Amino acid sequence: MTVKSAPSPWRDPVALLAAPAVIYLLVVYAFPLLWLFMKSLTGPGGLTLQPYVSFLSDPFNWRVVGNTLRVAAWVTVVCFAIGYPAAFALARAGAVLQIVMLVSIILPLSVGAVVKAFAWQIVLRRDGIVSQTLVGLGLWDEPQRLLFTETGLVLGAANIFLPFMILPIYSVVKLIDPRLSEAGATLGATPLYRFTHVTLPLTLPGIVSGVAFVFSMSVSMFVIPSLLIGDRFQTLATLTGRSFLLMRNEQLGSTTAVILLVLAVSIVVGSTWVARRIGGNQA
Amino acid sequence: MTAIERVSQYVVWAIAGFTVVFLMTPLIVTIAVSFGSSTVFTLPPPDWSLRWYERLAGMRGLLPALVVSLQIAAVSTAVAMVLGTLCAIALVRGRFPGRETVSTFLVSPLMLPGLVIGIAMLQGFKAMGLRDVYASLLVAHVVITLPYIVRTVVGALSLFDFSLIDAARTLGCSYPAALMRVLVPSLAPAFLTSGMFAFLASMDNYPISMFFTDAWTKTLPIQMLQYVEERPDPTIAAISAGLVLLAIVALVIGDRLVGLRKLADF
Repeated sequence: MTVKSAPSPWRDPVALLAAPAVIYLLVVYAFPLLWLFMKSLTGPGGLTLQPYVSFLSDPFNWRVVGNTLRVAAWVTVVCFAIGYPAAFALARAGAVLQIVMLVSIILPLSVGAVVKAFAWQIVLRRDGIVSQTLVGLGLWDEPQRLLFTETGLVLGAANIFLPFMILPIYSVVKLIDPRLSEAGATLGATPLYRFTHVTLPLTLPGIVSGVAFVFSMSVSMFVIPSLLIGDRFQTLATLTGRSFLLMRNEQLGSTTAVILLVLAVSIVVGSTWVARRIGGNQA
Repeated sequence: MTAIERVSQYVVWAIAGFTVVFLMTPLIVTIAVSFGSSTVFTLPPPDWSLRWYERLAGMRGLLPALVVSLQIAAVSTAVAMVLGTLCAIALVRGRFPGRETVSTFLVSPLMLPGLVIGIAMLQGFKAMGLRDVYASLLVAHVVITLPYIVRTVVGALSLFDFSLIDAARTLGCSYPAALMRVLVPSLAPAFLTSGMFAFLASMDNYPISMFFTDAWTKTLPIQMLQYVEERPDPTIAAISAGLVLLAIVALVIGDRLVGLRKLADF
């Protein structure tokens, strides 16, 4: 109370301009999410974990959780394997090639998942491009159908989420001074040593955020598995959707929805925490 | 050029080429199939034809779905632009605690699973007594479009030099005139670009929209998925090609306004 002339930070009239948007989101977005969360924890006799206990005591549901995490992990691995070198190629490419790459990364981002998943239904058929290419290269003896297989799902999802791996890694790669690696070479470091001790640590923040984006989107994808693998293969997201739209089992749907929500939030919070720690170490 | 440099150049080209081909595959396949004559998605098409485009006119439910999608996307983007810009000004110019939290909160719908947001809204709206499907869609889609606007306009505003407004006033402009002549033109590119991408996000949304649909009110992606399930034929590819064209237009305009590299900023 010593500086009386300074206006209270709460009295800044400009802050009021944020009010409409914040109130809007609180009412139609935060409140429903909180409501969903609370409802999943309350039973007839008050606070309960019963829905979660019964969900986890069913072996079928464990398979669903396993499917979800396994597919998401594979999608993330494939995206990383393609996206990490691609981010470097994007940063080191000449002007024209860079524009072509940027277009091919950004354009698919503005096209909906329904369109792309439908296209992958065509690509993954027995007479589709993937099968034809692999037979043409002599890797497969005869055409095979990849549609409605887990491999097909991983391939399609990795394609759709790849930009979310490339862009965050690219945003750190483009800041790396290539002379750093040259300096390492001058000092006698082998290429492998330079990679693990110079390049990799510098790109780690981008890797963390790319992996977090792709993994969390793969965990909660819904349209892509419905079109590429079908009803026999259930993930948490497809089970959630089905229990609301087909089975009319809102209890089950709310439980799985909250599990998905908790997973997504912990990935976001966890990756931010990791990224901050990495940033702190470097500073 | 040393041998190692030349080899690394080839490696860059090879990786870049593979990435471009991989990423563009779904879009190119869609367009190729939509112009082919084959009913069974044969690639490359045995013959080119426009038959699938001709059939679009006769597709039951396509036009109403397109109209609903365009209306919802336009209105929700307009509302989000007003709410989002006001909020962005507060975030950049305001001096109040918790600005970081507010901006994370406003962008958070992009980071949470759409399916879960949809389910929460379905139940929340019911609890609040909102039952009309069209109104629910509109309310929900503002939540989808708002993060795009806030993110981009905050970015553009924080680069804007507000002393330019003072300069304009010193030179004789009234305050509103200074805003119109200095602030608006320099924000316009970010404003239009974010609006375009918000519009596309609303047009393409499936996981939230699917909870707010009935026999009369369907958005385009919902209607498309219904066609895929009922009778998959290249007519769906023709609709998809239309959406790809829309994305290309947005990309070209976005490139003109703010540049490709800026669009790729993450």
